[in-house]
Amino acid sequence: MTNTASSELTVSAQALTRTYGAHRAVRDVSLELRRGEVLGLLGPNGAGKTTTMQMLTGNLAPTSGEVRICGIDLIDLPTQAKSRIGYLPEVPPLYRELKVDEYLRLAGRLHKLKKSALKPAVERAKNRCGLADMGKRLIGSLSKGYQQRVGIAQAIIHDPDVIILDEPTIGLDPNQIREVRALIRDLGRDHSVILSTHILPEVEAVCDRVQILHRGEVVFYDSIAGLKQFRGGQALQIGLRNPPPVAEIAGAAADAEVDAINANLFRVRPRGGIDPTDTLVRAAVERNWGLYLLQPALASLEEVFVHLTQREDDQKEGAAA
Amino acid sequence: MIWTIVTKELRTLFASPLAWVVLAFLQIILAWIFLTRVDYFLTIQAQLARVPNAPGLTEIVVVPMSGIASIVLLMSVPLLTMRLVAEERRNQTMAMLMSAPISMTQIVLGKFLATLAFLAIVGGLIALMGLSLLLGGKLDLGLIATNLLGLLLLTGSFAAIGLFVSCLTTHPVVAAIGTLAAFLVLWLANIAASDPDSPLHLLSLLKHFENFMNGSIAVTDLIYFALLTATFLILSIRRLDADRLRA
Repeated sequence: MTNTASSELTVSAQALTRTYGAHRAVRDVSLELRRGEVLGLLGPNGAGKTTTMQMLTGNLAPTSGEVRICGIDLIDLPTQAKSRIGYLPEVPPLYRELKVDEYLRLAGRLHKLKKSALKPAVERAKNRCGLADMGKRLIGSLSKGYQQRVGIAQAIIHDPDVIILDEPTIGLDPNQIREVRALIRDLGRDHSVILSTHILPEVEAVCDRVQILHRGEVVFYDSIAGLKQFRGGQALQIGLRNPPPVAEIAGAAADAEVDAINANLFRVRPRGGIDPTDTLVRAAVERNWGLYLLQPALASLEEVFVHLTQREDDQKEGAAA
Repeated sequence: MIWTIVTKELRTLFASPLAWVVLAFLQIILAWIFLTRVDYFLTIQAQLARVPNAPGLTEIVVVPMSGIASIVLLMSVPLLTMRLVAEERRNQTMAMLMSAPISMTQIVLGKFLATLAFLAIVGGLIALMGLSLLLGGKLDLGLIATNLLGLLLLTGSFAAIGLFVSCLTTHPVVAAIGTLAAFLVLWLANIAASDPDSPLHLLSLLKHFENFMNGSIAVTDLIYFALLTATFLILSIRRLDADRLRA
């Protein structure tokens, strides 16, 4: 995760655009990824995440722009580039009439694994995805969570350099979500992983960097720390049983910006990078404000979107004026 | 790699009841035709013996059976080819093949050869029924061979056309109906032309297949089937590549 600048570039996409008639599904999306990094594509439904991933995996031709996988052009040399990618589409591509073992063997053969390498590869993929006892089961008879794991197993069976997972945790129960996230973090150690999601905490839990898409455009591209900063930095939410006037709270919190959420709850946004937590707590105790809640006030995904898109509109207005 | 696709197609085909139902249905019809023709031959055998140059067992039993087989296959091949691409698209499994390091040519040829292999089983059953007559009679093996070659070439064109139509849609049923319509147009192209020199006769599948049934192998017929098959295979490859390549 650290020292990423020195490791090799595995995915490089330049100015990807895809139009369907007059509708632009994806506009000017560029991204770069190195070995050992996990990139999250975050966005609401219809933001262009799936279209971007289809272009990165060679399932869909970009209207313009280019994709290089480990330096190999995806459109000129598709088979060489594709052998380095493992892809789990939004709907796992499962043949329901096959058994798990049969299906994974097929996936391995499609990725040109040698006969001798096939069996260990199937076992390894099954173990990593928690499918060790499921080999003889028909895929059609598995639950949604296990089907999703089979989908992930087929994406990693050939030990690809780049793993692209489209909404890997959708439809799973909380325990399975935790397991899949742990698996992704594990994979991210020596592969490059791109995953898409519309769940913000998921990105923060597993990704090193994040790219937020909105209406087919990249509106935010930064590290996770940058995203946290953007979501409110050191903003705090405090709950007081005997709240004083807002100005008094602001005074105690090194002149932070304070909004009242309701009679007892306040949001405190520090100014000038000074952490007001200590002074606030001391003031609350000394002046008997009845402090019962103190937590980081992070913006939700919706708020981030509103913020980002407003900023963009402001910029457009600024450019027009 | 083509072999991987062929085995995968055959495995999924035989995992569904469709393949078995089609095989059973074909076998029932063909066995029934076979038995009635053998019965007919036995009743007219005495008269035939008096006619010089009379048609033999092969002409009376095997040739009509392959004629019927061609029509039954015309109706059942669309059921087999409809799933090839349309169903993969519908079940979203096409993404697995598209993102694997294999070319569209390999995918198309694999699917085509798998269908042909299945249809060869039907041809094999026909051949076995015909050859069983050797137990009690004499057969014109050359005529049987040309009949089977004709059936193989005919079903090859059927499979290629069906595969192409299946590439055009995501609905297997639409693919089946479209394929059947295309077969009927090609089969009956000559009916539209009353003039015996009309070029439409050249298009008709039936005309070209009839020559094989009569025991003659003409280069024009071989070229016709080869061109028809190759054209639709290339069109299928181009159709699948269109999603991947820049317009």
